[in-house]
Amino acid sequence: MLRRASMLLACRPILAARARPFSTDLPAAPSADATFTEAWTKVIPNMDPPKTPLSFMQPRPPTPSSIPSKLTVNFVLPYASELATKEVDMVIVPATTGQMGVLPGHVATIAELKPGVLSVHEGSEMTKYFVSSGFVFIHANSFADIIAVEAVPLDRLDVNLVQKGLAEFTSKLSSATTDLEKAEAQIGIDVHSALNSALTG
Amino acid sequence: MAMAALRREGRRLAPLISPRTITAVRSSPLYPTLEDEGPLGVRHISTQVVRNRMKSVKNIQKITKAMKMVAASKLRAIQTKTENSRGLWQPFTALLGDLPSADVKKNVVVTISSDKGLCGGINSTSVKISKGLHKLNSGPEKETKYVILGEKAKAQLVRDSKKDIELIITELQKNPLNYTQVSVLADEILKNVEYDALRIVFNKFQSVVSFVPTVSTVLSTEIVEREAESGGKLVDLDSYEVEGGETKGEILQNLAEFQFSCTMFNAVLENACSEQGARMSAMDSSSRNAGDMLDRLTLTYNRTRQASITTELIEIISGASALEG
Repeated sequence: MLRRASMLLACRPILAARARPFSTDLPAAPSADATFTEAWTKVIPNMDPPKTPLSFMQPRPPTPSSIPSKLTVNFVLPYASELATKEVDMVIVPATTGQMGVLPGHVATIAELKPGVLSVHEGSEMTKYFVSSGFVFIHANSFADIIAVEAVPLDRLDVNLVQKGLAEFTSKLSSATTDLEKAEAQIGIDVHSALNSALTG
Repeated sequence: MAMAALRREGRRLAPLISPRTITAVRSSPLYPTLEDEGPLGVRHISTQVVRNRMKSVKNIQKITKAMKMVAASKLRAIQTKTENSRGLWQPFTALLGDLPSADVKKNVVVTISSDKGLCGGINSTSVKISKGLHKLNSGPEKETKYVILGEKAKAQLVRDSKKDIELIITELQKNPLNYTQVSVLADEILKNVEYDALRIVFNKFQSVVSFVPTVSTVLSTEIVEREAESGGKLVDLDSYEVEGGETKGEILQNLAEFQFSCTMFNAVLENACSEQGARMSAMDSSSRNAGDMLDRLTLTYNRTRQASITTELIEIISGASALEG
């Protein structure tokens, strides 16, 4: 019995320590949830309402009156956050309409990305990534969110494999019969030619 | 004092000892009795039943301990992936805001649950929240459909909401979770289900002992524009220039689909983490219970054993004293 009591005493502080959330999730003040919480408690009084993503996110700063000196970039992939609230001078994103340079104070934009090179300019250094596709949101408060499906630094790409892939997809396009196959082959060609120009250009 | 102790033993033995008849009936092997016969008809209380229980409880304790270790190692593996994917849904919420109270005609509730059981109450919580959302969004001209991921939610929802279920997807974790698989799933759901609002219900992993039920709302393009125009809490999409594409609507449609697949990916990972964490704590409490039960059974076993020794002694001594006269 004494053994069990000492075990309980040892467990409780450990449990309390483990109950602290991780630092990746910082709770922010829930604002828009009030209507939902009210509606929920009216219909289902016995259960606590579920949380919504707003309560897990840090709120973004409002639009400043003067143009800030640095651009804050969040570059996220499904597997990692490459850059998280990093302050940079400029990013060049491969939008569908061409390479787009983003500076602090850029007008608010939503743009879809095509396969191409993304470069991040910070002072004198420049990091280049090849992104497969995704979206970029530029907010009025000089925050840029780049969400890509895949992104690799350029030095990880192998020229020979790119050439081989390009040839393969070109032959697939010529032998394609259905629209779906044609579309898939065309996508392959687009990506590989972009890879090619990224490595050579 | 010794006699009093022996008398007490005798009283405790009373329910255990069945009255014997002269014509000793051999108990059938199918029904183990607490009594068995030794040589010269000496009675022993059998400890067999208690011993069998102890053995099975000990085995159960070993199994649950092993399951806890397995769940802990799986949790470690998937936890890093989940934390890395947490940045994925934040840009969308930062852009479009989150409006769970949007009033729409066609609701789709995507319930994410596990395939395997023994993971505590997380699946029941998800199902209860889904049913709650269904009730919340019911009304004239409004309908709510379910898309179910995982066997456990399927078992619970098929019972009473069978007509509302659109899609059931199981065996999600056969291969390690990755974005390609989830985006294919998201594509299937978007193709086959008509929706104005998609509500993803899952358990968010906060720590090994805390799982918070969460609902993420993804609204279709028309609803986003409608809410923005009506001056609701959503950001005004018109303030954003949309680059590229023939029409603005096309890009926004792509955006909504991309948002859905990203939120799904994070939701599936968080739920898998919560499942492993819940299984760890369930198996841990189960091993502890088994340990307690084993302690109690050991005490009963010792008492039974000591009682049978005492009975034997009493019989021998009373037999000897009867002989002496």
